[in-house]
Amino acid sequence: MYQSIVFLPLLGFLIAGFSGNRLGARATEIITTGLLFVSGVLSWAVFADIGLGHGQASAPILSNWITSGGLRVDWALRIDSLTAVMLVVVTSVSSLVHLYSIGYMHEDPSRPRFFGYLSLFTFAMLMLVTADNLVQMFFGWEGVGLASYLLIGFWYEKPSACAAAIKAFVVNRVGDFGFALGIFLVFVLTGSVSFDAIFAAAPGLAHKSVSVFGFEWDAWTITCLLLFMGAMGKSAQFLLHTWLPDAMEGPTPVSALIHAATMVTAGVFMVARLSPLFELSPVAQGFVVVIGATTAIFAATVGLVQNDIKRVIAYSTCSQLGYMFVALGVGGYAIGIFHLFTHAFFKALLFLGAGSVIHAMHHEQDMRNMGGLRKDIPFTFWMMTIGTLALTGFPFTAGYYSKDAIIESAYAAGAHSSAATYGFLMTLLAAGLTSFYSWRLVFMTFFGSRHVTADEHGHAANDDHAHDDHGHGGHTPHESPLVMLIPLATLALGALFAGLAFSGDFIGHRFDEFWKGTVAENHIMHAMHEIPGYVGYLPTVLMIVGFLVALWFYILAPGTADRLARANPVLYRFLLNKWYFDELYDVLFVRPAFWLGRLFWKGGDGRVIDGLGPDGVSARVIDIARGAARLQTGYLYHYAFAMLIGVAAFITWYLLGGVR
Amino acid sequence: MYPLSFSIAHALPETILAVGALLLILVGAIRGEKSAPLVAELAIGLLTLALVVIFIGAKTTATVFDGAFIDDQFARYMKALVLIGSIVTLILSRDFLRRENIDQFEFPVLVMLSTLGMLMLTSANSLISLYLGLELMSLALYVVASFHRDNLKASEAGLKYFVLGALSSGMLLYGASLIYGYAGSVSFPGIAAALKSGPAIGVVFGLVFLLAGLAFKMSTVPFHMWTPDVYEGAPTPVTAFFASAPKMAAVAITLRTVMVAFPNITHEWRQIVMFISVASMALGSFAAIGQTNIKRLMAYSSIGHMGFALVGLAAANAAGVEGVAIYLAIYLVTTLGVFAAIVAMRVQGRSVENISDLAGLSRTDGWMAFFMAMLMFSLAGIPPMAGFFAKYYAFLAAVQAGLTPLAVIGVLLSTVAAFYYLRIVKVMYFDEAAPAFDRAPFAVRAVCAVATALVFCFWVYPAPIVEAATNAARAFF
Repeated sequence: MYQSIVFLPLLGFLIAGFSGNRLGARATEIITTGLLFVSGVLSWAVFADIGLGHGQASAPILSNWITSGGLRVDWALRIDSLTAVMLVVVTSVSSLVHLYSIGYMHEDPSRPRFFGYLSLFTFAMLMLVTADNLVQMFFGWEGVGLASYLLIGFWYEKPSACAAAIKAFVVNRVGDFGFALGIFLVFVLTGSVSFDAIFAAAPGLAHKSVSVFGFEWDAWTITCLLLFMGAMGKSAQFLLHTWLPDAMEGPTPVSALIHAATMVTAGVFMVARLSPLFELSPVAQGFVVVIGATTAIFAATVGLVQNDIKRVIAYSTCSQLGYMFVALGVGGYAIGIFHLFTHAFFKALLFLGAGSVIHAMHHEQDMRNMGGLRKDIPFTFWMMTIGTLALTGFPFTAGYYSKDAIIESAYAAGAHSSAATYGFLMTLLAAGLTSFYSWRLVFMTFFGSRHVTADEHGHAANDDHAHDDHGHGGHTPHESPLVMLIPLATLALGALFAGLAFSGDFIGHRFDEFWKGTVAENHIMHAMHEIPGYVGYLPTVLMIVGFLVALWFYILAPGTADRLARANPVLYRFLLNKWYFDELYDVLFVRPAFWLGRLFWKGGDGRVIDGLGPDGVSARVIDIARGAARLQTGYLYHYAFAMLIGVAAFITWYLLGGVR
Repeated sequence: MYPLSFSIAHALPETILAVGALLLILVGAIRGEKSAPLVAELAIGLLTLALVVIFIGAKTTATVFDGAFIDDQFARYMKALVLIGSIVTLILSRDFLRRENIDQFEFPVLVMLSTLGMLMLTSANSLISLYLGLELMSLALYVVASFHRDNLKASEAGLKYFVLGALSSGMLLYGASLIYGYAGSVSFPGIAAALKSGPAIGVVFGLVFLLAGLAFKMSTVPFHMWTPDVYEGAPTPVTAFFASAPKMAAVAITLRTVMVAFPNITHEWRQIVMFISVASMALGSFAAIGQTNIKRLMAYSSIGHMGFALVGLAAANAAGVEGVAIYLAIYLVTTLGVFAAIVAMRVQGRSVENISDLAGLSRTDGWMAFFMAMLMFSLAGIPPMAGFFAKYYAFLAAVQAGLTPLAVIGVLLSTVAAFYYLRIVKVMYFDEAAPAFDRAPFAVRAVCAVATALVFCFWVYPAPIVEAATNAARAFF
């Protein structure tokens, strides 16, 4: 059964990849989607058995991969509670996204390729979450990176999509470099890459130090920091976040699956999986909290002013990932995973809803050109509203349970750690901002009136993909087909009830039975129940404040936002330009890299290697040829002279002794 | 002393040509200008007869005419090449001379006389017979070079060749007299015997002058200066002749001289041979790059190829002689094929000689372009064409003789030379088409096709040539 869950998507990819064009787009869609649904059903069965029931965790070895000296790497499927949660998230969202894409992509000529990539991604993600050792995890890690690259650049004829794909890949490479170094260090320290062996050996190696560049470092601190570097790249955390907003160049279902629900949470999963190691290093934990909290507030501020509907949600994703890391950093691994779980539902819902809006608007993404859509696409409007409620933490929706738990745990941990206090303040503030930008999105999109109708503005400019066969008369917004609405409804159910249904298992009274020790346990789960009562209400208060401000700005007194932006142009531009991170990196890294590249290309390769090599040689040959031809003057006496000189030279040579 | 009949038997090809040439002069003199086609056909027949005699005649080694003339495997091998060169020249010249209005009966006779000189040169076993053969060959060549006597360029070519040839003959004679003075003998075995005790500086001087004279005939640097001008000025079939038969004879006598007369001072003559070899390879490779006239280009090409052949000679061992023999055979076939293609270069009755005239030949005459391309590949030494194996055997001998640097230089320079051969292929296949050529006569196309077939198929069945060359090399060791 476990094998089927992981390898059915691979089968789908192989079918779509090798015979997709022969089978036709429709058959490919049905096959890949069908396989994913089978995988999804099996995953829920596993979740019920391992997580909710009393099934035993296991890690059956499929086969040996690498054996070299002391290194032994196996292909294995580790199935425990943590994996079961991830299996459910990945296969559920993936199968719904597959289904949704049948409707969303119906005009695209290369659908077999698209569905093949989606299935490939799902397979790689499943390999990642079922890994029993760091190397297999790295395999999945790189596999999802590859699939992400391919899907962001799916419309490769668009230069911006290619640039975004490359950016995502390169920025992730920075993180992966750290991850790889971390794996090496783990192997050096413990002599193994298998999780059980590492966790068994880890406590004995606490307070051991390693020497790096002449400095003595605590071994686990530097290991965890390096591993966390990988997580920062994959999960788009502060400093390595720049690729995520650009990744919205990909088709919207991809954004929902990869850049909201699954791949970007791989970093969260990794930290949770390696929680026994992080428990050994308070410094690394503090670092995780600070980065997570900074990301949460940073992305939320940027999200306030973005106008592209997908970018707003992308920054929201970034911010929510920051929440998860705050939870992980303060020791609430289960809380982080719980938020991952609920977030997958409502963020996928929001993205797919945004996709439905974009579909309705004929690939218009700028919210300033939208408005009043709730009458045209009421179903989508209600779905988006549910997603927004869940995201902002409206009581008893999914986000309410997980996000408030994070804020409370950060407060509880603040008793011993200033980093956690920082995390508490930032996440609390970000909760208000989240509420504001989420409702701003809803108000701008669904309320008010359209300033510019879609058919006279920007239709071609924001063209998402080639769609010349739009059979609609005129450009009135239209509700999406049923095949797109069913996934929305399903996810909406999750967004509404996932928290209510599972909070007891994940972070409540059934904590121990559910997790069965797969994530490190500590006092934080108890401490967060002993905090002052008012702290529990603070997030809700801020949520309401954010809602009211948005209401005032965009419904009651439209234009307030513009006036505010004009009054504080510097702040506005600072936020609009994402704190100038792209510009900063451009100056710091991209331009020097290009400069270096050009130096080696033009100077090194062009001038030195080509100049002295092929070009230089051929130029010299031409010179010599010209000189040799000039010897041939046509004058008889020159010729005779040459002959005599030749003889004279030979004679002289022998008179001088020649070669003996 | 052998009876005269024995001597004649071993010099039967020469006898046939000598008597035949005299008879053809009579025929021409009696029948006048109209006799040109008849004389030419008879000349081809007589040369072919001589070739047949070589194949079926005596297979033994004999020294006749008082030790001045030697008939051995090597001589027979080289004579066959010389005769093939002469026959093909006459075949190619038939149509060409008629069209250029210089179709006179003297031409075949002169070619025959020159060929006679080459055969004598190839068999020369003393300084006297060497000079005799050389002059007989050269005098006829001076005349055919300017055979198109109304043409300014042809006259200039003949005159230049004559003056410089006279100079080189003078040097050769001076060298011969020095050698005789110090060695006390004119026969090659006699000279070798006299030099057993090591070289006297006078003999080395004589050797330098002698080799200078021979290098002039081989057209190797720095005695090559006449080559481009004469090749360009002379009528194309004559150029084909210059590039083929006399080269065979000149290399043959050079090889025989140093192998038979100077085996005891190998160290000395090897230095000269190596120098002219490297210099010829270099000049042939570089100077041809800038040429626009294909005959001039082939002149430099022939200079370069003589340099490559001399790499084998520098080895001074059996493998080296074998390498030279193979090299010359392959060079002969390839060169004749290329010149057949050049003879075919004729637009609306007018002969053209520029490389640009070949542009787009693949579209106007696909077969000729293909033949030419294959021959160019062979000259460039690209496997599996015969030209590759020619260089392979020559370089292999050099490496075996411990002259690896020489072989390396040769390989590098052949890379440079490949440029201008490949450029011709490029011009023919990728450039905009120039005006189409007139359809060449069957004989010319046939020569081109047969040459291409031979260079193409050498690697399939190289045994006849390699075996013959091995036997030829055995004459010296």
